[in-house]
Amino acid sequence: MAVRVAIDMGGGLPQFAAPMNAAPLSKVYSIPHPLPLDSGQVLEGAEIAYETYGTLAPDASNAVLVCHALTGDQYLASPHPITGKPGWWERMVGPGKPIDTDRHFVICANVIGSCMGSSGPASLAPDGQPYAMRFPVITIRDMVRGLVALLDGLGIDKLHAVVGGSMGGMQALSLASNWPERAARVLVIASTARHSAQNIAFHEVGRQAIMADPAWAGGDYYAAEAKPDNGLAVARMAAHITYLSEAGLTEKFGRRLQDREAKGFGFDAEFQVESYLRYQGSGFTRRFDANSYLYITRAMDYYDIAEEHGGKLADAFCGTHARFCIVSFDTDWLYPTAESRHVVHALNAAGAKVSFVELSAPHGHDSFLLEHDQLDRVVKGFVE
Amino acid sequence: MSALRPDLAAIAAHVAPGSRVLDIGCGDGALMAELESASGCDARGMELDGALVERCVSRGLSVVQGDANIDLANYPDKAFDYAILSQTLQTATRPDLILDELLRVGRRAFVSFPNFAHWRTRAALMFGGRMPVTRALPVSWYETQNIHHVTVEDFRDLARMKGAAIERAWFFSGEKQTGAPAANWRAEFAVFELSR
Repeated sequence: MAVRVAIDMGGGLPQFAAPMNAAPLSKVYSIPHPLPLDSGQVLEGAEIAYETYGTLAPDASNAVLVCHALTGDQYLASPHPITGKPGWWERMVGPGKPIDTDRHFVICANVIGSCMGSSGPASLAPDGQPYAMRFPVITIRDMVRGLVALLDGLGIDKLHAVVGGSMGGMQALSLASNWPERAARVLVIASTARHSAQNIAFHEVGRQAIMADPAWAGGDYYAAEAKPDNGLAVARMAAHITYLSEAGLTEKFGRRLQDREAKGFGFDAEFQVESYLRYQGSGFTRRFDANSYLYITRAMDYYDIAEEHGGKLADAFCGTHARFCIVSFDTDWLYPTAESRHVVHALNAAGAKVSFVELSAPHGHDSFLLEHDQLDRVVKGFVE
Repeated sequence: MSALRPDLAAIAAHVAPGSRVLDIGCGDGALMAELESASGCDARGMELDGALVERCVSRGLSVVQGDANIDLANYPDKAFDYAILSQTLQTATRPDLILDELLRVGRRAFVSFPNFAHWRTRAALMFGGRMPVTRALPVSWYETQNIHHVTVEDFRDLARMKGAAIERAWFFSGEKQTGAPAANWRAEFAVFELSR
C-alpha cells in the first residue's frame, strides 16, 4: 500500500507515492522565526501548508480561519490530492454557502504535527532524516501558535471569525483564550474545553494499536518497505466508532451480514459493520501518517484550557471582546452537550457575548460534517 | 416596535438606551432585536426551545439554550443593567427562586405575566366551574406550560417578601393599557419593574 512519507523541507510539499488526481498542492508558509512550544522545546524552520478561498479585502477585515479536526487537513473546500474526494466541508464553505467565499477570505491550514505539508514527524529534521519520534511533542496551543504565525505572514491582524469543529473547535477556543485580540467571532462546534478521561482512554487505545504494530519500529519506518498500516487502521476503527452514535450504527448496519446469507462461523468481516470499519481503517492509512496520529492525539489529550489559566475556565476568557457561538449535537457522546455547556457557563461568568444551541442530529459526533440545515443557518447567521 | 407584544413594547420603551440586558425566555428574540437596533443595548438571551434559539442565532442575536431554573446560576452578580422575564414566571419550577436570581444578575428586573385574577378568568371558574381557557390563557389545564398561576396581588406580595421595590407597573387588557386601580380585576397582563 503506497503511503506518502518524506516531506522535503525545502519545498515543504508532501511527496505522494500515488496521487490520485492532479489537484495542485497547497501553498506553504515558512515561519520566519523559531516557534516556542509548550514543552519548552523550540521548533526551527517550521512550515505551514494552507489553502485559501475567496479574496482578502484591502483592509484584511474579511478573513475567516477554519481549523480542521484530528485527521482533517487544509483541503476544506477543494479536492483532496490523495483521495480525490471533495473538500471536507465543501457543503459549508464556498460561494453562496453559509461561510460565503464571495464575501470572506477563508483560510484553512494543516496543523503542525500533521502530515499534509505542515511540519510534523514525517518532515525532515536538520540532519536530513525524518524527525519520526524526535519531533517535539506538541499541544493544541502550539498548533495555534503556528496558525497565528501564518496570520502574521498573511498580514491579518484580526480575524472576522475563527471556526472549528471537534479538534478545530479546540484550536478556536485556544486562539480566543490566548490571543483574544486576534478574532472577532469564535464558532465552536461539537467540541470541548478539555479532554476527558474517556477521550484520553480512546486515544490511548489507538496509540497502543499503532505502537504494537511491529512495522511501527519505534517510529522509524519512513525508509522501510512496510508501514504500521495495520496498527493505524485499528486506531482509526476504534476512533471511528466514537464519531458515530449507537442509533446511527444500528440504522446503517443493524446486524446485517456482508455479502453472505448466513453466518460463516469464522473471523472474516461477516457483519456489514465490520466490513465498513475495515474499509474506513484501510482507507485512512492511504492518507495519514501513523506518527502524526500519535502526536496529534497526544496534543488533544494534553488539552485543558482551564489548566492553562490557573484552573478556572472563566479566567481564560476574562475581558474578551469576541462574540462566541457554541454548538453541540444531542447524540455526540465524544464531546457531549455537557462539555459545551461547561464552556458556555464559563463564558457567561466571564461576561462574554455567547450563543449556545444543542442541535438534534442522529449521527453522533460526525454530525458537524454532515447535512444539517439548522447548523447551516446558525453558522451563516453567526459568521455573516 | 409596533410588531412587539404589548408587554414587550412597554419593556422596550423603558429600558435605558445602551444598557446591558438579559432576556430570559427570549423566544424568537423580538425584544432583543428591538433593544439592540432601537436602543443600542447589549442584549443577551436565554431560551429553552432549541428551534427558537436557532432562529435567534441565525438572526445574529446572542442567545444561550438554557433552563432559567438552572442556568442563571452561572451569571455573576449584577452582570446586567436589566434582567427581563416575560411571560415565563408562571412556567418556572420555583418562581420565587427565579425572582431572586433575576434581582441578583440584574440591577433592575422587568417581569411580565398573565394575571389569573382577571375578571374573565374569575368568571370562567365561578360560573363554569372549570379551569379557565381565555384569550390570555388559551391552553387547557392539561397541556399548559403555566404551572404556577399568579395574580397581580400575589406578585406584589412576592416582591414585598423578597424585599424588592416595585419601581413601575403597567397593565394591559388585550392590546390596550389599563389603569392601576383595580388592576387585579381588569388586567389580563401585568408588567412590573423591580429593583433591590
